[in-house]
Amino acid sequence: MDYLLEGLVTAVKLLFSGDESTWSAVWATVKVSALSMSVSLALGVPAGFVLGYARFPGRKALRLVSDTFMALPTVLIGLLVYAFICRRGPLGGLGLLFTLRGIAVGQAMLALPIVASLTAEALEGQDPRVRDTLLTLGASRSRLASGTLFEARHAVMAAAVNAYGRVSTEVGISLMVGGNIKWQTRTITTAISLETGMGEFATGIALGLILLLMAFAVNISLSFFRRRAGLALTGGGAS
Amino acid sequence: MRRLTGLLLLLAAAGFVLAALPGPAPAGETLMMATTTSTQDSGLLDYIAPVFEKETGITLRWTAVGTGKALEHGKNCDVDVLLVHAPAAEKKFVEEGFGVERRQVMYNDFILVGPKADPAGVKGKTAAEALKTLAVKKAVFVSRGDESGTHKAEKDLWKACGMTLPDKETWYLAAGRGMMQTLIMAGERGGYTLVDRGTWIKYLSKEKDKATLAVMVEGDKPLRNQYSVMMVNPARCPQVKKAAAQRFLDWWVSPSTQKLIAGYTLEGKQLFFPNAGK
Repeated sequence: MDYLLEGLVTAVKLLFSGDESTWSAVWATVKVSALSMSVSLALGVPAGFVLGYARFPGRKALRLVSDTFMALPTVLIGLLVYAFICRRGPLGGLGLLFTLRGIAVGQAMLALPIVASLTAEALEGQDPRVRDTLLTLGASRSRLASGTLFEARHAVMAAAVNAYGRVSTEVGISLMVGGNIKWQTRTITTAISLETGMGEFATGIALGLILLLMAFAVNISLSFFRRRAGLALTGGGAS
Repeated sequence: MRRLTGLLLLLAAAGFVLAALPGPAPAGETLMMATTTSTQDSGLLDYIAPVFEKETGITLRWTAVGTGKALEHGKNCDVDVLLVHAPAAEKKFVEEGFGVERRQVMYNDFILVGPKADPAGVKGKTAAEALKTLAVKKAVFVSRGDESGTHKAEKDLWKACGMTLPDKETWYLAAGRGMMQTLIMAGERGGYTLVDRGTWIKYLSKEKDKATLAVMVEGDKPLRNQYSVMMVNPARCPQVKKAAAQRFLDWWVSPSTQKLIAGYTLEGKQLFFPNAGK
């Protein structure tokens, strides 16, 4: 039990004393999850839209694949990415091993099926009247698509939050691909595993709390955006 | 819709800008090293790397993994140099053409530790006798079980006393974790384990009077833990920074570095004993 209290105190100390290595890990985590999330959203939302909205042969099978990949273990992704980007691997020339970009590749693979599947599910479950209403209003095909996606924005946001939750907390990919290199690829989660490995449980807990704090900040700002979007909607109509 | 697209675009842009920002840019050349967890967890690297950087102008970066994985990184040309402690595996590594210029730099030693009460009665025996006794009494033994240098040393010890590795026995627990976690596990389970002295000193200073483990066997010759440095074979891996790697090797065996190693203490105790060229 001592660990918990000690962890809390250490967390406050690390953050407010401007501890260089802690902030370096925080910064690395921010950078890598921002990159992987933007890649997975840029690819995953359109993919999920197609999967959930369009009707084509093989769609069900693709959905099944995407749903299954939501359960991809991070160590497996880490190993796969490592096999491709180690210097003797097919993509070794890119120099991605032991870099944040390399980690982001793996994390994007982790987040992509989550974003795609949850987006698809939201669109599948959408009230058919949305489509009818949009059509009645004389929407063109592209307006129909964008309008449909807009109506599903909260679900897409939830998908993003969900994916972020897995991305920011994974350790398998970061450890295998990033190598936990101090000042460079040491993220909060790999720092936690290092501290735990050294028996520094309180510091580990402190870093865990900092990670939670970051997730809290992300969710706060998202709900702020959501409210803003909501207000704009009631105030000025669908923009 | 525009708002949502805008938000997504903003997020994406922010992500790319963040990723494009340069990290702390090393001034000169950077050497990448794969090493074992013990050199990092003992604090030796944090103590010694800044001196190396100051004296050579080369930035040293490392990934600390088990010796097995470190050698694998060498085979895959992921790194330039290695600092590891598994002499037999290293010799094979060099013979197979994966590494060159292997040089021994220092040693520390392993200790057999166990519950203070010593239920199996192995205290003061030689390492070989102690292990045999543990097997006869079926006392709980926690093994690293992760192909680390310590794990390899432990397997060699079982072999040296003429036994097959008891890894199917119920009293033999293969933890698959780092040294400190393995120690903690041994403490919790009231078992025996083999530990490097650095981690042991850390454990004692952390647990203080709460420590449930004590030294059973130490100072026996087979318990010596030899560390070596080597270069990943540049003939196989053309991207290895040969000149910088050569300086790295020369630096480790130089008299001033050897003195530096001897001067590193943890809780007032010397951890590594330099023995380059011996």
